[in-house]
Amino acid sequence: MSGAPYDVARVRADFPILATQVRGKRLAFLDTAASSQRPLAVLEAVDHYERTSHANVHRGVYQLSQKATDAFEGARERVRRFLNASSTREIIFTRGTTESINLVAQSWGRRLGPGDEILITWMEHHANIVPWQMLCERSGATLKVAPITLRGELDLEAFEALISPRTKLVACTQIANALGTVLPLERMIAAAKRVGALTLVDGAQAVSHQRVDLRALDCDFYAFSSHKLYGPTGLGVLYARESVLREMPPWQGGGDMILTVSFTRTTYAELPYRFEAGTPHIAGAVGLAAAMDYLDGLGLERVQQHEQALLARATRALRAIPGLRIIGEAAHKAGVISFVLENVHPHDLGTILDDEGVAIRTGHHCAMPVMEFFDVPATARASFGCYSDDADVDQLAAALGRAREVFG
Amino acid sequence: MDLKDLYRDVILDHNKQPRNFGRLDPCDTSADGNNPLCGDRLTVTLRIAGGRVSDIRFEGKGCAISTASASLMTEAVKGLDAAQIHALHARVHGMLTEHGDALPPTDLGKLAALAGVREYPARVKCASLCWHTLDAALAHAADAPGAATVSTE
Repeated sequence: MSGAPYDVARVRADFPILATQVRGKRLAFLDTAASSQRPLAVLEAVDHYERTSHANVHRGVYQLSQKATDAFEGARERVRRFLNASSTREIIFTRGTTESINLVAQSWGRRLGPGDEILITWMEHHANIVPWQMLCERSGATLKVAPITLRGELDLEAFEALISPRTKLVACTQIANALGTVLPLERMIAAAKRVGALTLVDGAQAVSHQRVDLRALDCDFYAFSSHKLYGPTGLGVLYARESVLREMPPWQGGGDMILTVSFTRTTYAELPYRFEAGTPHIAGAVGLAAAMDYLDGLGLERVQQHEQALLARATRALRAIPGLRIIGEAAHKAGVISFVLENVHPHDLGTILDDEGVAIRTGHHCAMPVMEFFDVPATARASFGCYSDDADVDQLAAALGRAREVFG
Repeated sequence: MDLKDLYRDVILDHNKQPRNFGRLDPCDTSADGNNPLCGDRLTVTLRIAGGRVSDIRFEGKGCAISTASASLMTEAVKGLDAAQIHALHARVHGMLTEHGDALPPTDLGKLAALAGVREYPARVKCASLCWHTLDAALAHAADAPGAATVSTE
């Protein structure tokens, strides 16, 4: 398969929802950055689990419970292998990227106090801003924000100047959701290590678009969501380095996270269960594992190449449209293209494009500081996945022409 | 459902050249409105004489539906008292949200140009933001002069 050209038509056939008609037109789904669609392999894996294997995990001695536990723990091992983490003890299932980051802020964050600093960048999603603001409010620590350039790239010099022995954590995105910028993580993580700061990477936009090797990346925390990786919603992962995790207090209390409970003393379960209170999203984990199998079957490197080709095609097509301004022109970008069209508000654009069957995201993309930096109230954003094709890009370009006509 | 039903000429005209755009200074009451979903923000400033709106302006950044709706609203409410404005708001709200042939918006004048919005439920908030903001300004005027803030989320 690796020698054959990437067959996007075959990939599209794996995603039943792509056959949807919108207002009688072909659906051009260009909002994968908000949530990806699910291939049949994921839908069937979840369905099969629900029909044949469901019971609660880690509890019963009966066969079904053992099957469910095996499926759930098998999914954890699948995630470990997908990310090349050292141990399943480092893989915690959460509700999503947002909860993963909040877990770190609430548990690890308890050690912070006045004088400590957390460093983020200007292009973070709100999920990697607000938990740190809340942590700073309760702990007296300070939040520092590394600036970006007009191209939408991190100002690395300014970033390195902001790092100091006071920096306890560098939390940054791997790919900026509103701009598509790929951040220079190697240099950032190296700079953090020089001052002894830990590093958290928000991988929500990256993990399904490029190979992530956590042992090579060497960050301390890595967070992502299943639904952006062709898996079910309501599930996410927090990877945390075992040595760091061992020092962290539990955050949510309840069943499954304990060893023994008595009214005088409760002891906590081993890693990673200590951080998974309550019944987890078992079917979600099964679906995520199937999504990882599916993506590895396609070949992440090939998917990445395919998406880069679409980005190049879309960038060319959009640059040719008079009055269109691309927001975020970093040298190193992923399959995300944010833009504004002169005299047409992004929200109007969203409606007009929908009328042409084109689904894009319009708004602030949960990155209001980015909108403020570029002095726009909102942008329109097209984003690509493994199933996106040239016809999607062409349909987008044609629909933008229609928008210009309507608003003359 | 046709896009032309949403973006009628009146809407496009009021979007391009909003009427009563700007800020009254001094004013008797004002309010800020914002729609976090799409980043729309607007400020309504009012002068009130003898219990009626004697002058009104709006200012802000928004989509065509939000801008045109605010522009049309400022034209429609001049000379009305609070009770008349509330009644008009209720009729506009009905036009924006209710379906059925029993609701010809014949008595709404130019505001009827917004009737197409009801086919686009995601856009109702855009058209109604200015009315909620005006409500807030009027409620505030009834309590104490100054500025109020309203959000459609």
